[in-house]
Amino acid sequence: MQNRFKVMVVDLSRGKSTVEYFDTRNAWLGGSGLSAGLFSHYALMDEDPFHPDQPLILAIGPLTGYFPLMSKTVLGFMSPYNSQYAESHAGGRSALALKFAGYDALVLKGRARKLTCVGLGSKEVHIQDVHFLKGMNIFKTGKKMRTMKPRNPGHRSILRIGPAGENLVRYSCINVDTYRHFGRMGGGTVMGIKNLKGIILSGDSHMELDPDLRKEYTKVYDEIYTQVVQSGTMRKYHDLGTPENLIPLNELHALPWRNLQSTHDPGVEAISGETFARDLLLRQVACAGCPVGCVHIGLLRERFGKEHEFLYRQVSYDYEPIFAVGSMLGVASGPGVLTLLEDVEKLGLDAISAGVALAWATEALEKGLITKEQTLAPLEFGDVQAYREGLRNIAEQPNEFYKTLAMGTMVAAEKFGGEDFACVLGQEMAGYATGENYYVSQALGLRHSHLDTGAYSFDQEKDSKDTVEAINFMQDQEDYRVLMCSMVGCLFARKVYPKNNLLKALNSVGYEFNENELDAVVKKIKSHRWALKFRTGFKPEEVKIPSRYLEVQTWKGKADPDYMNRLKKEYAKVLREMAENWQKEMEANNESS
Amino acid sequence: MKVLRTPHMERCIGCYSCSLACARSVYKSLSWKRAGIQIRSSGGISTGFEAGVCLACDPAPCASACPTDALRQRKGGGVIFREKLCINCGECAKACPVDAIYFDPEWNTPVLCIHCGRCVSFCPHDCLEMVEVPKEKKNAE
Repeated sequence: MQNRFKVMVVDLSRGKSTVEYFDTRNAWLGGSGLSAGLFSHYALMDEDPFHPDQPLILAIGPLTGYFPLMSKTVLGFMSPYNSQYAESHAGGRSALALKFAGYDALVLKGRARKLTCVGLGSKEVHIQDVHFLKGMNIFKTGKKMRTMKPRNPGHRSILRIGPAGENLVRYSCINVDTYRHFGRMGGGTVMGIKNLKGIILSGDSHMELDPDLRKEYTKVYDEIYTQVVQSGTMRKYHDLGTPENLIPLNELHALPWRNLQSTHDPGVEAISGETFARDLLLRQVACAGCPVGCVHIGLLRERFGKEHEFLYRQVSYDYEPIFAVGSMLGVASGPGVLTLLEDVEKLGLDAISAGVALAWATEALEKGLITKEQTLAPLEFGDVQAYREGLRNIAEQPNEFYKTLAMGTMVAAEKFGGEDFACVLGQEMAGYATGENYYVSQALGLRHSHLDTGAYSFDQEKDSKDTVEAINFMQDQEDYRVLMCSMVGCLFARKVYPKNNLLKALNSVGYEFNENELDAVVKKIKSHRWALKFRTGFKPEEVKIPSRYLEVQTWKGKADPDYMNRLKKEYAKVLREMAENWQKEMEANNESS
Repeated sequence: MKVLRTPHMERCIGCYSCSLACARSVYKSLSWKRAGIQIRSSGGISTGFEAGVCLACDPAPCASACPTDALRQRKGGGVIFREKLCINCGECAKACPVDAIYFDPEWNTPVLCIHCGRCVSFCPHDCLEMVEVPKEKKNAE
């Protein structure tokens, strides 16, 4: 095994590419770690995210393809949403395609003169002019890209942006293989900035298994595979999938409804995982390398003529998108949710941010802070047609109001009013009104994601108001998640991959870590990521948690402002110290070398 | 003699566990392509998946096309490959009527299904089966 990472660096300004060998595998592992390492190397820290030379990084890990559910790719970039270092994760075929193309990472820098599609295989790089795809939606773009290079049907991953990304909506996603996404923090916007409409990754090469390790590797693989398919821990993800959480969270009074005016509604039955599975589920598909198959695809049958004229749409659904365009917008209808999700997909928006943005706009309109002349569509909770117009307007930005809303809900709230009910925790909230720990965790989290620390489960498990206990939970979770996301594994596989299994897997493919050594690398990666976030402008002390979070009732009653403020203050201190200590350590190392 | 069949591909979720198992256990590789069973979507994931796999022809056109008997007819259908007889000409892959032979560009040898059945247990949705070759076929032989 080559000890350095093999990275393809594509310079879109020059139209040339370079194979580079970056640092050492033992230093950065891969995925989250590698992305942070590459960002330090390639990013222009004092320039804004719109600078053409800011890198867009795709990174995989040491277990990618080797083991089940090691199926994710990490995207690293300076976020056009908040100008800070950001990560977003996606599966589909992207991870295995990059692995079999023979690279640990792909870095895209520069800005193409014309709309461009990059194709990468083991023996080819193509920088293709695709000006004719301008403005084309995600599905049509995907179909056209299948005819482009490299041609390797079935063994490629096709990444693309829609009109939202081209128009620089700050929360544009990158669609991966039709049903998966680098959803959050504006990865799609970075492609828009670069004039990059699509990326094709072609997995056309092979790695021969080390004869000395093959026996042990196969043994470990079989053990893990058996756990995945037989232990039952993964069954829920295939069965109802993540939407199985809608009813339990609604029962708990923790499901945000109508811009978080409420946390419970009897209408939940119509958008529950059970209802989707019974009435709308067409089939499940999987990310490459994952036998679970958690990607749920709904069938939307639509009449378009007076006679019996029908068309059908296949729309993927999950808990978060159902929350974002369902409960959050008061849309208590499965077909209504799928209709909106299909639009979100075509436009290439991040479903969570788009839904939450429209929820804020609806309440702002109700309260008279904005007018119908501004919203153009008569936004009203539950009105699917109005929200279809709203989504299109976010992507197309026909007026000043939508230009502002396309920069983020809080940007719009600061301009038009309604900051107290803008459901933003670092970015538009994910669907968990579970309490103080979650609010602080998302607001201060590295990715501002529910997946940073999983604090929504701490809210549900613990009733204490002990800030030390909460911060310890978040830190422990983050340690593990940094490790898993450096492998790069799917976070649904947490039970299959406790740390000892990850160590065993790493050892079986030739990484000679022991537990202490691995812990030390993870600590370094974690600190480094935080140092990058602070270096690019993160000021946790200034992050505001809107008052809506203090007003709303959960099963515990209202949030405790004193506890939330203490937790936020202490957590901010822990994060700042970690980043600053690491920064000092790096500076000391640089001086001594 | 059994052969590999793919009777339930409509259940396939596109996880590639079968291909990866074949690459790992038969071809000692980590690969999507170096596998006797290749999963492809037919026009994007929204249209479902197909398995590209040897249909166990008898007589096998690939064996007929092989000029050096490196591929020989397998009893019950399919072929047996003997690497030391192979002159790396690639005629077998061209002759396969269903495009089920991947001619490995590094090894310059055919990668194909040997009907060993090792992929079957890795399919989480029972898309694959090892089936006994019908008796009539045996009698006809």
